[in-house]
Amino acid sequence: MSSVSEQDLTAVQGLPIAQETPDTFGGYLRDWWTRVRAGDIGSLPIVVGLIMIAAVFGSLEPLFFSPRNFVNLLLQVAGVTAIAIGVVFVLLIAEIDLSVAYVSGVGGVIMTLMLRENVANWPWPAAIGAALLVTALIGFVQGVIITKARVPSFVVTLAGLLAWSGVVLILTTVFSTAGTIVIQNRTVLNIANSYLTPVQGWLLYALFAVGYIASRLLRRRRLLGLNLPVQPMSVFVAQTLALLAISGGAVAYANMDNTPVQRGVPTVAIIILILLGFWSFVASRTRFGRYIYAVGGNPEAARRAGINVDQIRISVFVIASFMAGVGGIILASRLRSVDTNAGGGNLLLNAIAAAVIGGTSLFGGSGRVSSALLGALVIMSVENGMGLLGLPSGVKFVVNGAVLLAAVLVDSFSRRSRESSGIA
Amino acid sequence: MPDSPLLQLKGVSKHFGAVQALAQVDFNAREGEVMALVGDNGAGKSTLIKGVAGIYPFDEGEIFFDGTKVNIHGPRDVASLGIEIVYQDLALADNLDVVANMFLGRERTTSFWRLNEVSMERACLETLESLSVTTIRSVRQAVASLSGGQRQAIAVAKAVMWNSRLVILDEPTAALGVAQTRQVLDLVRRLADKGLAVVIISHNLHDIFEVSDRITVLRLGRKVAELVAKETSQQEVVQAITAGTLDTVPGMAEART
Repeated sequence: MSSVSEQDLTAVQGLPIAQETPDTFGGYLRDWWTRVRAGDIGSLPIVVGLIMIAAVFGSLEPLFFSPRNFVNLLLQVAGVTAIAIGVVFVLLIAEIDLSVAYVSGVGGVIMTLMLRENVANWPWPAAIGAALLVTALIGFVQGVIITKARVPSFVVTLAGLLAWSGVVLILTTVFSTAGTIVIQNRTVLNIANSYLTPVQGWLLYALFAVGYIASRLLRRRRLLGLNLPVQPMSVFVAQTLALLAISGGAVAYANMDNTPVQRGVPTVAIIILILLGFWSFVASRTRFGRYIYAVGGNPEAARRAGINVDQIRISVFVIASFMAGVGGIILASRLRSVDTNAGGGNLLLNAIAAAVIGGTSLFGGSGRVSSALLGALVIMSVENGMGLLGLPSGVKFVVNGAVLLAAVLVDSFSRRSRESSGIA
Repeated sequence: MPDSPLLQLKGVSKHFGAVQALAQVDFNAREGEVMALVGDNGAGKSTLIKGVAGIYPFDEGEIFFDGTKVNIHGPRDVASLGIEIVYQDLALADNLDVVANMFLGRERTTSFWRLNEVSMERACLETLESLSVTTIRSVRQAVASLSGGQRQAIAVAKAVMWNSRLVILDEPTAALGVAQTRQVLDLVRRLADKGLAVVIISHNLHDIFEVSDRITVLRLGRKVAELVAKETSQQEVVQAITAGTLDTVPGMAEART
């Protein structure tokens, strides 16, 4: 492989400015370690955290590692991840949205109401569309108030938290005597209660693997053709293999869940991956996404660059509420019903904690959409593990609080050390 | 007329309430030359620049650009004329890399609104090379990791990237150390040598004499002198700034009354 990296080096030498790109695997590792020590820790705390969580719960309760529990974990993660994606966007512009959990409740309730047999009887696409439209509209209204009336997002969305929890309560009690409305539509129930067969799972995986490798290779060839710097081949291969191995392992493990019934990769996991892919593309590859980061990093610079800062801010709150609606639909499907408590409980804490634990800075301008999934994995595996151990709710709350605090401290410390080493 | 100024302000005035910030000021900037704008605090330097930048309109006076009278109604008009202003705070987004900052607000895209990163990176490298900015390690590093001088260089490169013809620099060396000041002054000189008109505001007379061709001195909202750098001395400029020797400029003595 060293011969390949030498070729890469000669490609780099054609540049007018010495692009200091490490050209060996070891060089890449050293470069990474230097960045970590300077506070640019990326997703390192999550990986360490996940290993620690797995070690603790796995040793206390062997069932934690069972394929059955793995599939359960994926199902538990889905709804929170969808909401957390929206939270990531809000955090990127250094704002907060405390209303997402109850907005997700509103979304789930509206969909369920529209689906009621013999009453509304809407077809499922219309019911889902109505729910998402309403949640997006909620985000628009909150966003307009925050940007135009210049009220801090904390206060506006706190008001939203109260108001939307009331709306959930009103809707569920007015339209049912028991406060619980059951979903009967098969398609909607299948969102979070169906699984790919093992064969389907592997076929989809193969498709993904081929597409992933092809797109990375094509991009690499394009860069090389233009004499722009690329990673050494060894790093390229290692990264590709690592991702394919992790995702392949997940498919294999989920397919092993066959007692008492054969399950496999949950359909909702695929939906989440598509959402993550789409929003990652928006955040990192489009002009709109670039403006979001700019507004989060330096609103004044963004304004002077001719960016309509208010418009970006409002769009971000629309995205947050829209994704909350998506999460609400997933959660309603998983519970097969909505009740007076839709959007309540730990949901808000979990969604915001997922985004922060995943590595999205509370101070704006830094973070990735994928951190929503990583953080949700951490927070939900803690919750899952404590559930298996049968811990009382009091202990669960304390542990959840500690995990969130730890994540915020890691963010704060890494930010401080980034500032002292000049790479804020 | 070969020596006609690119930017010409004739008799511009601006007042804020009862305060006369600028009174009947003429100001010129020529292509291929560095014009320094000096004066004590409150002399009207910023007011003059903000008027040109379209932040607010002048109360009276005319602006000529490239020989034709122009009306400036906002920052957009200014940019379309080919005037770029590098403010003291630079307006860079620390969390974005060099390429993203250089193209902020004017990104190149391909199909599906995708950012054309390759094309932007190449253009960025070419611009930095044309300005001989060689101290940047990688154009893909976040601006936060750059030194003050490098940030200034990026801000200037960003300004000249858009085929601008006039670049105005507000205190570009104020926060810099000796070596970095050197780099920025060299860069300013190169801009003029490339044929751009450059206006530099500074309090540091040493820097000004090193880099500029002409010096305009403002005092209490009035222009008190326009001097050719080679034919004057720091002594004379200091005197103009503090005492306001209107008499050194022909025809200006009457304006005092």
